[in-house]
Amino acid sequence: MTTLLIVDDSKLARIVLGKAVAALQPEWTRVEAGNADEALARIADGAVDLAILDFNMPGRNGLDLAEELRAAHPSMPIALATANVQDEIIARARDADVSFIAKPVTEDSVRGFLSGAALKLRSTRT
Amino acid sequence: MTRTGGYLDELEQDALTELVNIGVSRAAASLRKMIGHQVLLSVPALEIVSRTVAATLIREREGGDLVAVRQDFEGAFSGRALLIFPEANSLALVRAVTGDELDEAGVLEMEDEALSETGNVVLYGCLATMANMLKRPLEMSLPAVIRGDGQVLFELSDTDPSSTTGVVLFLYINFSVSGRDIRGYIAMLMDLPSIEALKVLIAEFLERIVGADAS
Repeated sequence: MTTLLIVDDSKLARIVLGKAVAALQPEWTRVEAGNADEALARIADGAVDLAILDFNMPGRNGLDLAEELRAAHPSMPIALATANVQDEIIARARDADVSFIAKPVTEDSVRGFLSGAALKLRSTRT
Repeated sequence: MTRTGGYLDELEQDALTELVNIGVSRAAASLRKMIGHQVLLSVPALEIVSRTVAATLIREREGGDLVAVRQDFEGAFSGRALLIFPEANSLALVRAVTGDELDEAGVLEMEDEALSETGNVVLYGCLATMANMLKRPLEMSLPAVIRGDGQVLFELSDTDPSSTTGVVLFLYINFSVSGRDIRGYIAMLMDLPSIEALKVLIAEFLERIVGADAS
């Protein structure tokens, strides 16, 4: 079983992303968090296989959260969902091995990350 | 902070904030290309307040003289978008967008043109993204550079009582530029009929992308 954590302060954004993921990976379980602290607590509970993080959130932003997650979970597939594609953000995301998902989120914009992550998760389990 | 006093429900506020967030994030990426430095953004805040309170909010945030680039928009909903920063930051912004190639006189000469162009990129980028997501075209006026305090920016009139009593949707996002002494904010103002129109468009938008899950 695969569990995806969706982190976004916008309920709407979580719904939209959840729907896109459900269409592409209907077997996956989806859990949600509204900010970085909730996300870390949810991950500490265990069983999260991959995460999609909003960038611009109150408190710690998604990139800070991604770097923290990466340090603790070297092989977890992580993506940053944002319309803010500035060079500095792209560079930091690349250094932390974090993918990008363009906002507004559509099935097309998440497809690449989800299939790459699915392959990676299958290969680490066998 | 979000205070909309019952005009918008929670999901409508959430949707509007997210729309603005996506618009401003794209605009920030365009501005990054113009100035070569990272543009940092806050999460959008949304309030429905009287114009007087909106002007006070501006005044409380920035004490001194302000410069703003103003663009009015009109369509299914109408309003005014402003890129506002302290007067003291204005020339630093002009230097940043002109790539530090101008001397002092050149910077002063180019000031209004550079400000208009910057405002246009940011405000137009933000509004165009919102218009596209809501599937309604917006007409935008040419950018105008204005100087003054919050009262002047919102054109509060002493003689027209409706200009101070009417409520407005006041949206603002702080921005700053990494490595430069440039900060300010983006504000958007819409009057009550526009808030009503926007509610309808947001409902359509939610129906389109969320469908039955919205409730």
